Amino acid sequence: MNKTTKAFGLALALTTAMAGAAMAQPTEVRIGVALEPPILDPTAGAAEAIDIVVYQNIFEGLVRVDQNGEVEPSLAKEWTISDDQLTYTFKLNEGVTFHDGTSFDADDVKFTFDRIVAEDSANAHKEFYTPITSVTVIDPLTVEFKLDEVIGRFLFDLARGDAVIVAPESADNNANEPIGTGPFAFVQWDKGSRVILEAYQPYWGTPVHLTKATYVFISDTATMTNALLAGDIDGVNNFAPEALAVFENNPQFHVLVGTTEGETILATNNKKPPFDNLKVRQAMAHALNRQAIIDGATYGYGTPIGAPFAPHNPYYVDLTATYPFDPEAAKALLAEAGYPDGFSATLKLPPVAYARLSGQIIASQFAAVGIKLELINVEFAQWLEDVYTNKDYDLSIISHVEPFDIGNYANPDYYFNYDNPTFQALIRTLNGTTDEAKRKELAIEAQTILAKDAVNGYLFELAQTGVWNAKLTGMWQNSPIEGLVLRDIRWTE
Amino acid sequence: MILFTLRRFLGFAATLFVAALVIFWLLDQLPGDPAQFMLGINATPASVAKLRIQMGLDAPAYERFFGWIWGMLQGDFGTSYSQRAPVAGLIWGRLGVTLPLSIFAMIISIVVGLPLGILAARRRGKALDTIVMVTAQTGIAVPNFWFGMLLTLLFAVVLRWLPPGGFTPWHENPGLAFRGLILPSLALALPQASILARVMRTALVDVTNQDYIRTARAKGLTMGEAVWRHGVRNALLPVLTILGLQFAYLVAGTVIVENVFYLPGIGKLIFTAISERDLILVRGATIILIITVTATMLLTDLAYAVVDPRLRERSAP
Repeated sequence: MNKTTKAFGLALALTTAMAGAAMAQPTEVRIGVALEPPILDPTAGAAEAIDIVVYQNIFEGLVRVDQNGEVEPSLAKEWTISDDQLTYTFKLNEGVTFHDGTSFDADDVKFTFDRIVAEDSANAHKEFYTPITSVTVIDPLTVEFKLDEVIGRFLFDLARGDAVIVAPESADNNANEPIGTGPFAFVQWDKGSRVILEAYQPYWGTPVHLTKATYVFISDTATMTNALLAGDIDGVNNFAPEALAVFENNPQFHVLVGTTEGETILATNNKKPPFDNLKVRQAMAHALNRQAIIDGATYGYGTPIGAPFAPHNPYYVDLTATYPFDPEAAKALLAEAGYPDGFSATLKLPPVAYARLSGQIIASQFAAVGIKLELINVEFAQWLEDVYTNKDYDLSIISHVEPFDIGNYANPDYYFNYDNPTFQALIRTLNGTTDEAKRKELAIEAQTILAKDAVNGYLFELAQTGVWNAKLTGMWQNSPIEGLVLRDIRWTE
Repeated sequence: MILFTLRRFLGFAATLFVAALVIFWLLDQLPGDPAQFMLGINATPASVAKLRIQMGLDAPAYERFFGWIWGMLQGDFGTSYSQRAPVAGLIWGRLGVTLPLSIFAMIISIVVGLPLGILAARRRGKALDTIVMVTAQTGIAVPNFWFGMLLTLLFAVVLRWLPPGGFTPWHENPGLAFRGLILPSLALALPQASILARVMRTALVDVTNQDYIRTARAKGLTMGEAVWRHGVRNALLPVLTILGLQFAYLVAGTVIVENVFYLPGIGKLIFTAISERDLILVRGATIILIITVTATMLLTDLAYAVVDPRLRERSAP
């Protein structure tokens, strides 16, 4: 055998060995994610990127939200609610351990909630849990919550990433070494590159299919596309709509289109003239052509909305016809409001594609009725300071991804600057109601008020557009809560 | 010589202090509150205020500035706001990517750029010269992220010879780590190699017009021998100057290339930290880059002074 043949044989053997190794790993998955979380502790930061990695994978709450947005048991296997709706008693699952081997019991639940509401707590959503007046350990597997007011969505709040159960032994290190009770344990975080999780063997619940999951952080869309095509990653939970065409007709991939909790709005500073004038806001609502915005800004992915509510929500009502696209009506209303020649305003746009593109389309739609918009591009940190904190803006475009966040409109200090006592009273009633039929009625009334008041321009619900290897199954199509739940994901062959 | 060295060290320290002051002040002017960024869009003002205090953001600017300097003098670069981990460790972790990446790119650009420049100069005015120079001009004009994309498409997507990006830590698998840096260092090296080729050619052409080459020719050497023995070494001087300057550009270029190849390097670290308003991390990483550059300059100065006494006499009368 001469040298060339030997080398060729060796190369062939190596290639075969490598291909064999690649095929023998059907229980691992590598997922591309655009944003790297700054920390991995969901109780100390609100970045969606944190929940994408840890929610229901590493950390679990007493209850959890399923794919359809329904609350179901998790660490608590059952619960009772007192007649006055102020006492919740949870029965906990037995044999649950944290990934460091320590056991889980009612003391951990008490520790978790005492920590959330503590004076020096930095929980981003402390306000959801402040109505809890006491958490009492009845026995190691029973815990009782007392509330000082009725909260209609208390169980949903317990299912959020902000309320996952942590242990006193490990809570302080969760930012960089998260220890939870979930089906996946944290293994390694190569900062700037990837996070590796492994199935936790003594897991208390139903065993998962995957043995290992790696989150790979890739911020650039074109790079992510190449990584998918090259097989370096197996899927992306939510991918840029402009790149989907590459995968739609490729049999190696499937594009999973679902809904999110992201209501995209033309945020309006309701106290600032001329936006304090209802007719001006109505004129703007008439000037918006939602379908054109969706086609241009999200390549057709997205559902038109007429109020700040997700279309998949059982309380949703279609209010897109409240102020249909009608430039003539918009001009007439502007004239009535005292702006026959229109006016000029600024539109501050955060650095996300849907906002920047929507901004250009809306500017041209508004120009057609006489409203001249100056587009100002800002970074996200600057957006938070200018628009969100200081309310120093006329108009902005942003998606509100928190589930069930209509309550923001009842806060007169929220950046919309919307102060409506009737609405505030309605939300108080809604929050204090647990009867489902009654809640639905109130939620619809609340949506109708906001739609009629044209508080913001309601544009569209962001779609969830996942791209996955065609052999993978079990991914959530919709995201009713922030997160990327790995539990049901598996290879089909 | 002692006085000269002392003066240079004082200059070095003063440069660093001024740089630190400017970085601190500039970053402090950026709109955007790190605490607000951490807690996100629906956080209550009370939570944000709490976090600001935890992060030490409520102290006056001069206190934070001197606290930062004092900490660094003791080797403590502070704790990252967003990642809640020591800044020094975060930066150290990233050097394992950016340093080899820059060095590989530098080596490739020298190995490719210099011979091409010499070749072009030797064939001045001929077709080969034109081809090399046009290619080099294109190499300078092509953005390295675009070149990186093309490399990925060919070698990762179509041929599947190399990974499209990502990085395996050196201690885990040095082979894989090296493979991960091949395409990015090629992308990074392209414009540098092009510049070097052009500079080398020009320098060499200049040199061939010098008297000493004529003398060498008169002594019976062929043009090729004369250029090789006397020309190349002299032409290398301007090339070395460019090479020194290029190192800074290389480090800047890594920001883009690291994003294209999703490599966890310093460039990507600074890029993310700025958008997250993790000011203490940005400051720490920037000051380390500045220390590297100014220390290199200091060492070069000292080395020159050792080699060439005229220099130190001129600057230290």
